[in-house]
Amino acid sequence: MTETAALPPPTLTTLFSAFLNIGLTSFGGGLSGWMHREFVGRRGWMSEADFLSGLAMAQAMPGVNVVNLAIWIGFALRGSAGAALAVTGVLAAPIVVIILIGFVYGRYGGLTSVHAVLAGVTAAAVGLSLTLGWRAARRASGDLGSLAVLIATFATVGLMRLPMLPVVAVLVPVSLMLAFRRGAR
Amino acid sequence: MRDNPLLALLVTFAPLSLASIGGGLSILSDIQHQSVDVHHWLTQAQFLDDFGISRAAPGPNTLIVTLIGWQVAGWAGAAVASVAIFVPSSVLVYGLARIWRRYRGAPWQGKIERGLAPIAAGLILAGALNVLRNADGGWLAWAVAAVSTGLLLRHQKLSPFLLLGMGAVVFAAANLLA
Repeated sequence: MTETAALPPPTLTTLFSAFLNIGLTSFGGGLSGWMHREFVGRRGWMSEADFLSGLAMAQAMPGVNVVNLAIWIGFALRGSAGAALAVTGVLAAPIVVIILIGFVYGRYGGLTSVHAVLAGVTAAAVGLSLTLGWRAARRASGDLGSLAVLIATFATVGLMRLPMLPVVAVLVPVSLMLAFRRGAR
Repeated sequence: MRDNPLLALLVTFAPLSLASIGGGLSILSDIQHQSVDVHHWLTQAQFLDDFGISRAAPGPNTLIVTLIGWQVAGWAGAAVASVAIFVPSSVLVYGLARIWRRYRGAPWQGKIERGLAPIAAGLILAGALNVLRNADGGWLAWAVAAVSTGLLLRHQKLSPFLLLGMGAVVFAAANLLA
């Protein structure tokens, strides 16, 4: 994957600290958006195309999307060690933090001001997801078939709130069939 | 199994790891059912508190499983629950990443990636919509999200921290005025 990377791959230490940083600071969710901003936008370790392909694979596999994405990016940048460090980095700090918050909340829970602050952070963090979704949508809707699949996914899961699993079970084969029939571009 | 909470955590959450296609939120109702109705690890109200915490805390929402593990059996419980929910799917993804590298550049690979891309994009947008729909704060949450999206799209290097802080301040102020 080196041929598409804009810059030389990071050292394992840099890679680990980058993921650790994202894990520690990604309040309010939207981690994929954080990763995109950090690795494509700010550090230039990956091309946008590689990142979005990894994102699509991470979504299609079982497991937490951002954990899958961390493994995918870590492996792409620095092989097996990179994958292990990426997933450890992105999870280690949040695991400790959520237990600390749980502990504090157990004592001082119900404070409405704390609740309001957390809700505000979550709302702002949606912006990260929407920004990434917008970029992914623009890139993925190059032809009519893909655009139709995109709209169908959003309409069923987002607007109609149908359960994701059956929707994905129908749309993935359809979309793959369309992609294979389109042929190589 | 009943007298060993660690084992119970492991056999409850490990299968869910492999069932969570499309992201951690897809198994949320299963997590709820297992920990509230089946094992009685926590009450419904406690589960909702945990969910709120996992949404606002850094890291993926699925860390609610870690929190539940901690509440059931302390740090060991947190460790076992985390391993159970994250390791099985991670091994699978790692295997796929290896295969992907071996056949890098094969035409079918690009087609699969292009076939999955619109679904991934649709799911991200749908997920954002669902977070907003369930968000506290009503129209204020939508407004904050809209402003935050607009600023992020326009300014590549803008720190998301600034926006999260802004969201916190706006909501805290609204809470004081209410």
